Amino acid sequence: MASYLDMELLRFTTAGSVDDGKSTLIGRLLYDSKSIFEDQLEAVKVASERMGNKEFNLALLTDGLRAEREQGITIDVAYRYFATPKRKFIIADTPGHIEYTRNMVTGASTADAAIILVDARNGIVEQTRRHSCIASLLQLPDIVVAINKMDLVDFSKRIFEKIQVEYGEVAKKLGLKRVYYIPISARDGDNVVNSSERMPWFKGRPLLELLEELPVGGESRAAAGRFPVQYVIRPQKDEYHDYRAYAGRIAGGNFKVGDHITVLPSGSTSVITGIEEMGVELECAWAPESVAIRLKDDIDISRGDMIVKNDELPCISSEVSLLVCWLNHRPLRTGSKYIIRHTTNELIGIVKEIQFKVDVNTLDEVPGSVEVHMNDIARIRLKTAKPLKYDRYAENRTTGSLVLIDEATFETVGAGMII
Amino acid sequence: MGYGMNHLRELESESVYVIREVAAQFEKPGLLFSGGKDSIVMAWLAQKAFYPASIPFPFVHIDTGHNFEETIQYRDDLIKRMGVRLIVGSVQESIDKGRVAEEHGFNASRNKLQTVTLLDTIEQYRFDALLGGARRDEEKARAKERFFSHRDEFGQWDPKNQRPELWNLFNGKKHLGEHFRIFPLSNWTEMDVWQYILTEGIDLPNLYYTHEREVFERDGIWLAYYPFMKLKEGEKVIKKRVRCRTIGDITCTGLTVSEAYKVEDIVGEIAASRETERGGRRDDKRSEASMEDRKKEGYF
Repeated sequence: MASYLDMELLRFTTAGSVDDGKSTLIGRLLYDSKSIFEDQLEAVKVASERMGNKEFNLALLTDGLRAEREQGITIDVAYRYFATPKRKFIIADTPGHIEYTRNMVTGASTADAAIILVDARNGIVEQTRRHSCIASLLQLPDIVVAINKMDLVDFSKRIFEKIQVEYGEVAKKLGLKRVYYIPISARDGDNVVNSSERMPWFKGRPLLELLEELPVGGESRAAAGRFPVQYVIRPQKDEYHDYRAYAGRIAGGNFKVGDHITVLPSGSTSVITGIEEMGVELECAWAPESVAIRLKDDIDISRGDMIVKNDELPCISSEVSLLVCWLNHRPLRTGSKYIIRHTTNELIGIVKEIQFKVDVNTLDEVPGSVEVHMNDIARIRLKTAKPLKYDRYAENRTTGSLVLIDEATFETVGAGMII
Repeated sequence: MGYGMNHLRELESESVYVIREVAAQFEKPGLLFSGGKDSIVMAWLAQKAFYPASIPFPFVHIDTGHNFEETIQYRDDLIKRMGVRLIVGSVQESIDKGRVAEEHGFNASRNKLQTVTLLDTIEQYRFDALLGGARRDEEKARAKERFFSHRDEFGQWDPKNQRPELWNLFNGKKHLGEHFRIFPLSNWTEMDVWQYILTEGIDLPNLYYTHEREVFERDGIWLAYYPFMKLKEGEKVIKKRVRCRTIGDITCTGLTVSEAYKVEDIVGEIAASRETERGGRRDDKRSEASMEDRKKEGYF
């Protein structure tokens, strides 16, 4: 019981097409970790029969909306939850059809790791490369390559090793940091929760065990101290007459009482006199905790400002280069104005130049392309009305990311990673 | 457990971030308070988000008139303790004004009627954002719900036209008449909520703990008996020791036969449970896609 109250949280995304057995794998993880309840099973049984499935279809556990069930496809990112005694997991389940890029970028933006599914019969295909490119662009620290349908290739060690070598080339080219390989059969459960007796040659851990042990949150804790001010707390109460605290979620590293800080963009400096986490006084707080910080000096600070440590200043510029994934039917255009949301800041930006489009299957530059459509990834130059206080996305996924919002429709149309 | 962050702290931090974002991005937010455990946890998080200041928005309760009296008592105590304003939208009033018609028959419920009262209340008070305690793990139509869920000027949800949500960047931009439903507990599971209640020592209405009550069985679900409910032939009212796993309208809240006296017992009971908490909700059983349909109309 005590251990249940003290688990870590791992967010991961799953990439693969319907044919790779992605839904079956997720169904398997939920089913084997006993996260499926009887009434849900009953509903799936009924649905399986109605759709003419003779076998109980694990994939149906994750099909959400009626429109999707009718068409047999997944139209959006869905979030799934399960827990083992060691960890709580959040799966961003992204669909495998045409709008894939935009959905996978969305799912991967909050993930710590990606599971990339490969059909053992087909090996590395174009889609595998695309998924890997996106995982690399989004800077996911851990990649698990699950080589599925091993039952259909006679649990062949040779095939597993061949795919491993092939993927090694992809990983090297993309600069993926940590890659793990597991031969599985999602349908039968081999190497998913338990080690497979049918593949005694595989000495690694089964998938769930690996997921329980992947490191979480190390990158953001190791980053430079960043505190985007979200909200200013000023109680209208007599006993808190002079109280003023700056609320926000730490976006990188840590802050301690006594730290010398700089407030950007004003450049004013002060010292942290208190860190409060919802009524509890702390000596030190780490990313991604939501806290309220009090300062020694009474300086003018508002939402959108950023508190940083004196010796760890971020980049400040009103012109940045970024990789943008386009999310909307209306294409991106040079000279267009967009509302930019970056940390807690909102400002106007203008696209100065579309530098080149990126081939999502190779990450190579596509020469001579200027039109950026939905699901495209491009490198652009953006000028903002006021300077951005940022880090490169590779250094900090929170202070290095932004979204573009259409001025007329207010839709979120682009996702940007600052280079 | 290394120096990593505990899952409950991380969920808490995320929810507090979302709640603060609402206070910063919207002009007239409100917190939908039903008296159920999820909205109680949300109220608790809202209090933490602005401490030591008061919560800068009112609570909104859509009262079906068929609430357990314990819920109303708890609500009134909490409002007083937290020092927030309460706005009540009354389904009875909507019926009296002819805005909706009362359902009849054995399965009559005011649960569906709430949607009209809710949308009327939003219009009357010009709310531009309403915080709700819904979680993505509750029901399959909710697995794709956003933290910031956009509603058109008719209050409707279009599942095919939701804004992508990336990183922790929430887009609350809207046109006149549109509003947002905000779900700070999106990433919590039922187990997380109970574990959090346990670790924080949050006080709950007694309904959640075992108590003796007059009940009757219908379609394998135990329901609380009140005089306004029609019994079918063969249905007998008996006394049983039960508790609520979720709390909604009396007519559709299934009761669990239980001996759980404290939160620890409930956490153990849920860990061993083989049914989802909504398994006892009659409103979800009307058809396979019933939650999706109600959400499109503007339900919670």
